Amino acid sequence: MDADLSDALAQTVRAAASGEPLQIVGGGSKSFYGRAARGKPLPVAGHRGIVDHEPTELVITARAGTTLRDLEAALATHHQMLAFEPPHFGAEATLGGTIACGFSGPRRPYAGSARDFMLGARIINGKGEILSFGGRVMKNVAGYDVSRLMVGALGTLGVLLDISLKVLPRPTAELTLTFNLSAEQAIAKMNACAARPLPLSAACHLRDTLYIRVSGSEETVRAAHAQLGGDRRTDGEEFWRGLREHQLDFFKTDTPLWRLSVPPAAPLAPLSGEWLIDWGGTQRWLKSNARPTEVWEAAAASSGHATLFRGGDRAGEVFQPLPAALARLHANLKRAFDPAGVLNPGRYSTAW
Amino acid sequence: MAAPLPASEPLSRDLERRLIAGLRRVLPHGCLLTTEEERRPYECDGLSAYRRLPLAVAMPQTTEQVRRVLTTCQELGVPVVARGAGTGLSGGALPLENGVLLSLAKLSRILSIDPANRVAHVQPGVRNLAISEAAAPYGLYYAPDPSSQIACSIGGNVAENAGGVHCLKYGLTVHNVTGIKFITIDGDEIALGGESLDGPGYDLLALMTGSEGMLGVVVEVTVKLLPKPPCAQVVVAAFGDIVHAGEAVAAIIASGFIPAGLEMMDRLAIRAAEDYAHAGYPMGADALLLCELDGTREEVADGIARVREIMERCGATGVRVSQDEAERRKLWAGRKGAFPAVGRLAPDYYCMDGTIPRKHIAHVLAEINRLSAAYGLPVANVFHAGDGNLHPLILYDANKPGDLERTEELGGEILKLCIAVGGTITGEHGVGVEKIDQMCAQFKPEELAQYHAVKHAFDPRGLLNPGKAVPTLVRCAELGAMHVHDGRMKFPELERF
Repeated sequence: MDADLSDALAQTVRAAASGEPLQIVGGGSKSFYGRAARGKPLPVAGHRGIVDHEPTELVITARAGTTLRDLEAALATHHQMLAFEPPHFGAEATLGGTIACGFSGPRRPYAGSARDFMLGARIINGKGEILSFGGRVMKNVAGYDVSRLMVGALGTLGVLLDISLKVLPRPTAELTLTFNLSAEQAIAKMNACAARPLPLSAACHLRDTLYIRVSGSEETVRAAHAQLGGDRRTDGEEFWRGLREHQLDFFKTDTPLWRLSVPPAAPLAPLSGEWLIDWGGTQRWLKSNARPTEVWEAAAASSGHATLFRGGDRAGEVFQPLPAALARLHANLKRAFDPAGVLNPGRYSTAW
Repeated sequence: MAAPLPASEPLSRDLERRLIAGLRRVLPHGCLLTTEEERRPYECDGLSAYRRLPLAVAMPQTTEQVRRVLTTCQELGVPVVARGAGTGLSGGALPLENGVLLSLAKLSRILSIDPANRVAHVQPGVRNLAISEAAAPYGLYYAPDPSSQIACSIGGNVAENAGGVHCLKYGLTVHNVTGIKFITIDGDEIALGGESLDGPGYDLLALMTGSEGMLGVVVEVTVKLLPKPPCAQVVVAAFGDIVHAGEAVAAIIASGFIPAGLEMMDRLAIRAAEDYAHAGYPMGADALLLCELDGTREEVADGIARVREIMERCGATGVRVSQDEAERRKLWAGRKGAFPAVGRLAPDYYCMDGTIPRKHIAHVLAEINRLSAAYGLPVANVFHAGDGNLHPLILYDANKPGDLERTEELGGEILKLCIAVGGTITGEHGVGVEKIDQMCAQFKPEELAQYHAVKHAFDPRGLLNPGKAVPTLVRCAELGAMHVHDGRMKFPELERF
């Protein structure tokens, strides 16, 4: 049932300033991410419903509790999509949780990320004030870009209420091609392809196979296939869904799962464990029992950063430690939005 | 004219002396401008209606010198305004009479082009177009292309989140920058992002982009490079009625594909551009659409067929497709030169930058025409129609008593119209000093207070570009333009920031 719970939620946040801090709970599909949550649950899944979708504007505005499933179904009836191809990680996945985590799927390197499609947001700050930033238009530089700042902030800067996203038309044709290559060869080929004007929409390497997806009109896809070669896969859609949802065999494990974000052409970091290379080389999944400090050092040495994505010690730090001056800015910003520290305390960092 | 900034308290003689001595210690010979003659060229940016002579102009040659200029100012409590190429259109780089103008023009080196990772590392003073020129040998380019790209600098592009003709398909600066290094007013160097697609921590890169020099001074930028599309063609369609052209824009966007660029010009702009650039535009048309298609040969051919069909269905009286690169360039030359072309029609012009939902283009243009007639000031429209980003150019004569005041009033009316249809007061030029009062209409006091809190997190003493981008609550209250939300006027504590 669609409902606007903005005022009630804001009142709860205001009350929390002199009481118990809050943990924001949407559909619960991403509760594994970030540090272990504490505080009194603030359920936001009931704040749901599509507020506005004008297909000709390529903009959709929905309440944060709207499920991704409902949102994507509404877009699909107009042959549109969330081009950042967000993972759901569960049937109850909400738009708010997706934006708070800042998750994007296989199309990300070629189409853009969740934050790239963010146009505006209405939020509740830690003082319980309802605030609007950005808007529903394509270009907007009035005021600081607070709505994009919310993407990936894990609800520590504000409770997301309504979110406006740019959407894109669905490509009419897609094709998945595979190549038998080692990880090193695949990294080289993914980058060589990305430097050419090809209609790439995903590129991933797993166990000696490079998977490349091309998207566009029938003609475009056909021409790209002719240029790229490779074996045509009929189960492409299933493969990319499995990758996006972490349902491939690779992800079925109890070993800690790390996400490394590195320059796309960086060589594989010298870490023990098994790799899956996604996003054309720039997002790399590693199953490894290596010590967190070892992974963070290796990621930094590759000019990137690493996140303990799933498993491992959720009471310790899970994100790449920040240099002191940058950490100070984070703490200042947290105070600017949530002076009493009531929103998802400890979810991002032990420090805030 | 309305004072754009509150009058600044002059520095004491002693403080001024200590400031100049301090800056001399950190800057090489010739990199500190103090005589009036030297400072005069820096009194305004691209919005020349507002002018202030800075106390001194610092032109550091290295990142370390930038850092030391900032800490010198911080220690003495002197405000600093950073400036790139000075092409900004909102007065964001307007100096302060009691402050230092920090020019980044000498930080103008392309540090490296990295074809493997498809990025360029550049200093902030590098010109936008120079990046694409340096990347060209690798078949790569930097996509955002503001009209001023020959002159504007990448540091300024980051500060304003600059757009351009091709951002419809390729995004704004925020979508094409993967990393920056900036220096805080306290002298800390902060690196955000890099060659990967995201960095650790909050998305401060998004926050910094478009922050108008209020939060830090950018000293290095890493930009994404894209493969140059092998094929590009432009479709030019003439319309006898601007409403039909507006409908064609909505129809193209709704049809399920995104062209590389989609621009509109109205009758006055078409004639000015044709006289100026001789692009071959149809002079009698009421509106002109320029639609660029790029990509593979197949994509472009497919796009042209779709666009032609839609334009004709929406009532285009003539459709022309560029047949070769020379013709394509010529057709774009008219659009890219449209601002100076319109500038020849009157002694002065004032460029607006509101953005609206695309479905309202026809309605808003009609309203602008009505306002133009009511104020007796001609308005030419030449803009990024695909993004709904309007650029009404109001023609006036600053030497005619009352003309500028009426121009500003008309501009204010146009921006109110943009807000009323669900849009924003600025799409790509920034707030600067120019639209600071309209911020009071677009945001409520709590939102402005949140912006001030963000500023405070970076710059607690308010020394970086003070008075720009976000109005004080006091200013909004005094204007009496305070927006009424939910039927009640709110006045929270006004004194804090």
